[in-house]
Amino acid sequence: MNLTLNIWRQKNNVDKGGFREYKVSDISKDMSFLEMLDVLNEQLAEKGEDPVHFDHDCREGICGMCSLYINGKPHGPLQTTTCQLHMRSFKDGETITIEPWRAKAFPVMKDLVVDRSAFDRIIQAGGYVSVNTGGVPDANEIPIPKRIADEAFDAATCIGCGACVAACKNASAMLFTSAKVSQLAMLPQGQVERKERAEKMIAQMDAEGFGACTNTGACEAECPKGISITNIARMNREYFSAVVSSENV
Amino acid sequence: MILDSKIPEGPLAEKWSRHKFNIKLVNPANKRKYDVIVVGTGLAGASAAASLAELGYNVKAFCFQDSPRRAHSIAAQGGINAAKNYQNDGDSVYRLFYDTIKGGDYRAREANVYRLAEVSVNIIDQCVAQGVPFAREYGGLLANRSFGGAQVSRTFYARGQTGQQLLLGAYSALSRQVANGKVKLYPRTEMMDVVVVDGKASGIVTRNLITGAIESHSAHAVLLCTGGYGNVFFLSTNAMGSNVTAAWRAHKRGALMANPCFTQIHPTCIPVSGDHQSKLTLMSESLRNDGRVWVPATKEISEKLRKGEITANDIKEEDRDYFLERKYPSFGNLVPRDVASRNAKYVCDEGRGVNETGEAVFLDFRDAIKRDTEELIRAKYGNLFDMYQQITGENPYKVPMKIYPAVHYTMGGLWVDYNLMTNIPGLYALGEANFSDHGANRLGASALMQGLADGYFVIPYTVGDYLAQTPYAKIDTDHPEFQKAEQEVKDRISKLLDIPGEKTVDYFHKRLGKIMWDYCGMARTEEGLKKAKSMIKELKTEFWSNVNVLGGNEELNQSLEKAHRVADFLELGELMIDDALNRNESCGGHFREEYQTPEGEALRDDENFAYVSAWQYVGEDEEEVLHKEPLVFENVKLTQRSYK
Repeated sequence: MNLTLNIWRQKNNVDKGGFREYKVSDISKDMSFLEMLDVLNEQLAEKGEDPVHFDHDCREGICGMCSLYINGKPHGPLQTTTCQLHMRSFKDGETITIEPWRAKAFPVMKDLVVDRSAFDRIIQAGGYVSVNTGGVPDANEIPIPKRIADEAFDAATCIGCGACVAACKNASAMLFTSAKVSQLAMLPQGQVERKERAEKMIAQMDAEGFGACTNTGACEAECPKGISITNIARMNREYFSAVVSSENV
Repeated sequence: MILDSKIPEGPLAEKWSRHKFNIKLVNPANKRKYDVIVVGTGLAGASAAASLAELGYNVKAFCFQDSPRRAHSIAAQGGINAAKNYQNDGDSVYRLFYDTIKGGDYRAREANVYRLAEVSVNIIDQCVAQGVPFAREYGGLLANRSFGGAQVSRTFYARGQTGQQLLLGAYSALSRQVANGKVKLYPRTEMMDVVVVDGKASGIVTRNLITGAIESHSAHAVLLCTGGYGNVFFLSTNAMGSNVTAAWRAHKRGALMANPCFTQIHPTCIPVSGDHQSKLTLMSESLRNDGRVWVPATKEISEKLRKGEITANDIKEEDRDYFLERKYPSFGNLVPRDVASRNAKYVCDEGRGVNETGEAVFLDFRDAIKRDTEELIRAKYGNLFDMYQQITGENPYKVPMKIYPAVHYTMGGLWVDYNLMTNIPGLYALGEANFSDHGANRLGASALMQGLADGYFVIPYTVGDYLAQTPYAKIDTDHPEFQKAEQEVKDRISKLLDIPGEKTVDYFHKRLGKIMWDYCGMARTEEGLKKAKSMIKELKTEFWSNVNVLGGNEELNQSLEKAHRVADFLELGELMIDDALNRNESCGGHFREEYQTPEGEALRDDENFAYVSAWQYVGEDEEEVLHKEPLVFENVKLTQRSYK
């Protein structure tokens, strides 16, 4: 198939940036979206033009490195990561618009590459159980009901890609933050630091400049891993119960 | 050069305990006087960085991705082995040790593998304490499944995303130490060289991938946790960014590269669909617990299938050849990876492949779904089935999956002693980056085990032994050796950017990959390897005169990043060929067609090749020098591996 690509080009994080149009032809429906961009980049390189920069690594839908806002949706039309999106989801002759994630907390570094280190800092604020290596109890010492373990897993499956932020009109990171808060709040291992964790992670999320949540559910609808907004409700509960007894007030 | 593996004295089961007692300790108050560099933040790197920081060392952690959580350990699917014997099915540390040694076709060190099996049980405890949500039974206890090359259920898992959950556990421990100020993170930073001063590793030179800045970092010890080099084949299950650069630069500074030709070709990957293919996707080995591997019994039926005249479901039971079950009745579909891959190749070579290219076999869940219901199969493998459907557009609940072997893991890597130290004092290699535990073939669910064993439970002890004997004073980054290394890195960048070439970096990478796959892949011959060697030499010359690297250094430049990596792959490829040529035997993933049993199995030559080949770089365009570390087996008897 033949396609017209309308791609955001931006030299670096101070450049203003803008759209440029490219044509690609003979695209196979079996190609992944990123392989289609590889084809474009080979074309550009052969002409001596700077290739379109985009983040990607595992190309298996699990590392969370790929992003791309495709035709107004994070990761494109399917609820999957961009690397798992295939060209069979597009029509011959179509124009595809490709942008980076747009959020104040995710500054554009070049073209379609953004800086998502804010997510790392949210995890650093409390997204862990404070145990050192060694000296922990036997793995089967604390039984965990299968239902709880499965629910914790569902929250833990977040890949930290940032699609939730990109999808949200407020650029809120509530889905990302709540996934980690929920996972650890549900498990017995996470109980000790439960309140402190919710408080600290939310404070960091706010400090990074992410917006507030207005419950539109766009994050859940676009999350490639299907993380549920139930986690946000759970985090809100965690947060309220934490602040009423907080030592930080 | 004499290779001293530093294996402790004493009976196998006591070696590690004795060693831990005998090695030197750094006083808790003095640990803050030592700096450690960790390159790579996968399972080995993140666990090592976190554990060392917890002990009190000052750690700098580097990764080329935008976050440590992206390291390719994240993509491991099936599980992690541990000798817990929770299933009461006869597992033990010794059995895990034995299975791993045998699975590796007797080309690994007994002492290292035993230690791996020994600490495997601690890993599961550690991960659960971190909040890793492993699969559980209804009673709330941990669930297990079985994996290739084992007849017990000892694999712990978190759906088909075990690597993700374990890595996020290690990443959370690492993040905690970042918050504590004990680890400084350097994401989007690539290691370009190791700096060796007076024979000791004293730091690294890096390139900031955003700004292009070349920087020096000094430390008392350097840990390379940079994964494997499967991307030398261009197409592999590795991430696009996975590379050999850190290990290769260390090699060029004097670290020996061990068993580089030992490559694992994983039997269950989604077949290549066309020339545009950028990577291959693995379908977890755990699928072989329930899926049955087959091809049509005759070439004629396969031809009809390929022409689209019939579909898989039209083929009658008696016309199906479940070739693994037929040839290996006791292990069936769960034979080790090398055996499964080779047999898939054989049936496809016979013309019985099942897709347009003729290079695919079926992995069929029809019988499992009939037996266990679709719902149960979905609960076990749902995410894998979804991924398969997204990539191929076919529904594996209705039609059998098509799979074919692909490069997945490299058992070879930097030579290390029992302490995981390379032959350069102060330079360590952990996880897939070293060669130590898997011999000539790695068993499924053992890579996660090794990465975490090295990082959580081995290096915190062994690095202390070295640091305890190292002065507090650090080599300054003003030292002439740092300056020299920085200059060399800058010169190389200019050289790459200045080549007035016409071809893209990928053009060379694809050609290299094809040479490696055709001649140094699943089956190798002396003739083919010799031919490949001269082809790679030519390709290397062409690369350095005709590659076109766009852009400049002082910016985010993905073609420059790739050019560095491919230049190193070109050199590594040649060494892999040398190693494969030297090893006149077949073992594990290294299959030389000249050396096989009448049944077509790998034929080892224990008399002449029971050694680790460790290669020394001696200079540009010179043949590398081979050193041999004899493998001594005191506990297991070397036999022809049989899974029949």
